[in-house]
Amino acid sequence: MAEALARARRPSWLTVPVALGVVVVAFWIVAALTAPLWGLDEPLKMVARRLQPPSAEHWLGTDALGRDVFSRTIHGARISLAIAAVVVLAAVAIGAGLGALAGFFGGWWDAAVMRLVDVTLAFPPVLLAMAVAATLGPGLENAAVALVAVWWPVYARLMRAQVLEVKTREHVEAAIAGGATRSRLLFKHILSLCWTPIQVNATMDVGQVILLAAALSFIGLGASPPTPEWGAMISEGATQFYSWWIAFGPGFAILTLVLGFNFLGDGLRDLMDERSSR
Amino acid sequence: MTRYIVRRLLAMPLLLLGVATAAFFLSHVTKADPLSAIVSERQMNNPEIVAAAKARWGLDRSVPEQYAIYIGNLLQGDLGTSFRTRMPVANDIMARLPATLELVLFAMVFGVFGGVALGIAAARWRDTMIDHAARLVALIGSSMPVFWTGLILLYVFSVALGWLPGPGRIDARAVPPAGATGFYTLDALLAGDIDAFLKALSHLVLPAFVLGWAVMGVISRLVRGSMLDVLEQDYIRTARAKGAGERRVLVVHALRNAMIPTLTIIGHSFAYLITGAVLTETIFAWPGVGSYAVDSARTLDHPAIIGVTLVGAAAFLLSNLATDVAYAVFNPRIGFGGADG
Repeated sequence: MAEALARARRPSWLTVPVALGVVVVAFWIVAALTAPLWGLDEPLKMVARRLQPPSAEHWLGTDALGRDVFSRTIHGARISLAIAAVVVLAAVAIGAGLGALAGFFGGWWDAAVMRLVDVTLAFPPVLLAMAVAATLGPGLENAAVALVAVWWPVYARLMRAQVLEVKTREHVEAAIAGGATRSRLLFKHILSLCWTPIQVNATMDVGQVILLAAALSFIGLGASPPTPEWGAMISEGATQFYSWWIAFGPGFAILTLVLGFNFLGDGLRDLMDERSSR
Repeated sequence: MTRYIVRRLLAMPLLLLGVATAAFFLSHVTKADPLSAIVSERQMNNPEIVAAAKARWGLDRSVPEQYAIYIGNLLQGDLGTSFRTRMPVANDIMARLPATLELVLFAMVFGVFGGVALGIAAARWRDTMIDHAARLVALIGSSMPVFWTGLILLYVFSVALGWLPGPGRIDARAVPPAGATGFYTLDALLAGDIDAFLKALSHLVLPAFVLGWAVMGVISRLVRGSMLDVLEQDYIRTARAKGAGERRVLVVHALRNAMIPTLTIIGHSFAYLITGAVLTETIFAWPGVGSYAVDSARTLDHPAIIGVTLVGAAAFLLSNLATDVAYAVFNPRIGFGGADG
């Protein structure tokens, strides 16, 4: 009885996986914000003998320079989440901006933007990111630019389709008849109705951005040592193959965080499917 | 439908030209001076040698001229010369292609069988623990960094348990089987060398599993979805009413129709395979195109990395085209009126 009541009150989108996703993602966001307050060893300081296996003192052992892997893993959340946030926001701003203008104005501008989208999407993401990052040179900022270059077209395509659809609705025609200016039409009457699919997509992309950013750092095109970035830490772990614990922490951190975002995205997608099938 | 296919085919050369233009643009905005790779440091002070090198490589021409030369070279299959290996990039790629194809093929076997099995199980026992477990296994596959999973599995199965060999396509001291295909497993079989075949196979298991797991998630998600759609249809109820066993309903009646959309995703999972292959090869010291791309990117070998990217994009475009056309042919009920090329 109590169970049935609880189920009835629970909103349909709040499934176990979604709840799990919320908890995991929230944990890492809190960890990223509060890492310096945890009383951990300095992530850049040599605090113990090198290559120590996990112990009560150093939960995930120490790396080749005697730094605490657990502390570096927790601090790594700051970098991965910051990169993911910057990349997704920039990709949405650029992509949605260009896509909205393309859908709104049409004509040659639309054609130009959409051909650029087609060409960019023709590249396998990892290769394009590597080529752009290598062209710009190693570094975290350049890696972020490379990731934005990979992700903006998705949002341009999505936003254009949204604007094209909303543009034909009656309230827009009414606004035109009422003498609304073009900018008012776009910002007030059209864009305000276009954001939901963008938000869902952005949530689902965060995990993939984290994965690809870590991959770039792993290759050596992103964060450089001694930065406690997860991909770079796994790369250090790969050179100390027999000390498995160096790579274990950061890799497990990526896995849980990306899994959390995928659970969230899955739940959002189910929610959207449910709505659209009604 | 014919119009759709024709339009897609006509758009292809234009897209390829766009891709090549983007690659040319990338190779031109780089801050690295291509001369420094051609001319040695001491000779850079000698204006005659520098001028000769510029003329030899066309660097003294205007940008539009260089662009025309670049496209002309591409049409002849010339992707430029690698700074690192000093070999034509196209030759480097061709030499490493069999290793990558062999890995991707075996990974596909893991990915498709695992994905279809997980998808069927999840659909059959929908919303039970089995469904959740199957989805979790699949989601982990698409959430894990393959370069990390590869490391961990190598440590467990090669170092700790000693069941499987370490990185590489073949034991370090062994002679690779000679053969026409470049697939070590196939070449060994053709030569009748069972021992070499088993060795090559044992080297393939881990990287192919890691890579296959990464695509399993996409495939199982789709199989589950389309199985659920199919299982609700009338003809399934008819089959059940006529007394067909559950296994017969699933495998004979439902799976056949559920596979149509799945075929597409298997084609489209090529993108995931490329991403995964690039990183998997790096961890497993696999001498394929992926590790070549990573080594080139690491050493800022621009002609090589841009050459690989270009070839990857072309392969990606063609595989998507083939998949979409196959889908249109096999499933004529689908309309393509609004689909843009």
